[in-house]
Amino acid sequence: MEPKVKIWWRKYGIGYLFMLPFLILFITFVVVPVFVALTTSFTNYNMLQPPKWQGMTNYKLLFMDDDVFITALRNTFTFAFITGPIGYFMSLLMAWVIDQLKFRNAFALAFYAPSITSSIAMSVVWLYIFSGDRYGLLNNILINIGIIQEPILWNMDPEYIMSVIIIIAIWMSMGTGFLVFLAGLQNIPREFYEAAAIDGIKNKFYELWYITLPLMKPQLLFGAINSIVSSFGVFDIAVSVAGMPSPNYAGHTIVAHLYDYAFIRFQMGYASAIAIVLFLMTFLLGRGAMRLLSSDDM
Amino acid sequence: MAQTQTVNVKQTKETKKKKVKQKKLKKVTPGWVILYIFMILLVAFTALPLIYMISTAFKPLDELFAFPPKFFVRRPTLQNFRDLLSSLSSSTVPFTRYIFNSLIVTVITVICTVMVSCMGAYGLVKHKPPGSQTLFNIIIAALMFSPHVTQIPRYMVVNKLGLINTYGALILPNIAVAYNFFLIKQFTEQFPDELLEAARIDGANEWVAFWNIVMPALTPAWSTLVVFSFVSSWNDYFSPLIFTTSQVMKTLPLALQTIAGGPATSSIGRAGAVAAATFLMTMPTVVIFTSMQSRVLETMTYSGIKG
Repeated sequence: MEPKVKIWWRKYGIGYLFMLPFLILFITFVVVPVFVALTTSFTNYNMLQPPKWQGMTNYKLLFMDDDVFITALRNTFTFAFITGPIGYFMSLLMAWVIDQLKFRNAFALAFYAPSITSSIAMSVVWLYIFSGDRYGLLNNILINIGIIQEPILWNMDPEYIMSVIIIIAIWMSMGTGFLVFLAGLQNIPREFYEAAAIDGIKNKFYELWYITLPLMKPQLLFGAINSIVSSFGVFDIAVSVAGMPSPNYAGHTIVAHLYDYAFIRFQMGYASAIAIVLFLMTFLLGRGAMRLLSSDDM
Repeated sequence: MAQTQTVNVKQTKETKKKKVKQKKLKKVTPGWVILYIFMILLVAFTALPLIYMISTAFKPLDELFAFPPKFFVRRPTLQNFRDLLSSLSSSTVPFTRYIFNSLIVTVITVICTVMVSCMGAYGLVKHKPPGSQTLFNIIIAALMFSPHVTQIPRYMVVNKLGLINTYGALILPNIAVAYNFFLIKQFTEQFPDELLEAARIDGANEWVAFWNIVMPALTPAWSTLVVFSFVSSWNDYFSPLIFTTSQVMKTLPLALQTIAGGPATSSIGRAGAVAAATFLMTMPTVVIFTSMQSRVLETMTYSGIKG
């Protein structure tokens, strides 16, 4: 029966061999951790003593007693529901417009560059712009125009922190999606447009709606999931602009809360419950996006 | 003879097409003018903070603290970079060490993730071994949660493996990324099976088929992946934050945050060094993208993979 084995090997075995490195790392660092996180979230675990099972206690505490978590939840939702859609549709629109312009590469670079900068690094610049004293660019301009008399503590005043974070995030929002969209647009065969033109579709927006978008569904879905996950995972910007903990927790996000409990207080059980809540939120939204944008490709 | 003629005909047709296209583009209508003005305004919004950042890195001390603040540098100098490398090297960990850490972690992560994802996608798409659909569904599910979700168990795993404060802790968990796999898989699917069959009939073994035929054809896809993974690895703030405790193992984002002092302090004494560090932290991703951009965007259409 050796030939059969050989055939199997040629057909599938080599496939497994090619997938092996990915599988090992993926299972170790992604698949198993999800289940470990889920299990840990029902326990009390501080990494020194063995975990103690305590059922839903962590979740109850999280939603009933932890005001800071509710603040983090509210901040994250505010952030995600503003920056997510704006970033997504801006990148789609910009990709579509830029694809038809001259100097396409220059425009693409100009729009994409902010999103590939480190939010930690750029926060240095933004902190200068939003600096709370008279030296701050924005305060300086506003005082000179006469809109405000006294400098505003943009990144220290709880009233403004979230707005500042959102503005920076929007500046950085032409992320992965933009590049994927641009690539997708270029992958659409020109003949489709020519055929459509013969069929009478002349208006650019009809073209976008009836030809471009349906053909770009896989990219649109990829971009949507990407933007959901990244907007709910906001952390770097918030920490580098408002600090940790931020004044009055005005810049506190879910991931900041997770970091606080996991790696400062080492309450792994409680932190895992936070992780699972975050997981469920992005997962459900991602499912929704899939339902909306699914195509035969998937 | 006949062949060359048809080629010529094709060429003239193509040049004609190009000419038509150019004519179309040259038509200036008010709509286009408004569009260009609008786009340039948007570019100003996206580019000005970057230009300010670059200009500040080269400002001499008196311009850094000029009031009212100046946007552009008047007398550019490299003093800030010298300060960054010399004054900070008198402290326990020289700044060059952070640069080295960031470089080595990023380069290894990028190479590994490109190789591992391409190989995995090839195995999955072109061999379809039993269970591959399940695996793909799992990968899709994994797309939908942020890496932060798995960070705690990852920390436990890395801790158990004794990798805390090693490059391994910063590299290994970031290789098998669902996004990267998904992206490559989408492109690999469009690679025609016939080409592979032909190569196999010609006697190419699987590795040769993968390395010499599939990989070159997937250049746009993995160039894109190089950009993505370089950016995410270079800017990665969370991994070094939790996986390293020793100063010697920290990477640039953490080092920069330390010398910048965070939002509460103004760190006046180091303003020049901070500006230089910000520049060093930001430029590599922009350079990588710019150098890959033409490949990422232009080769898409010429890659021979049509959707």
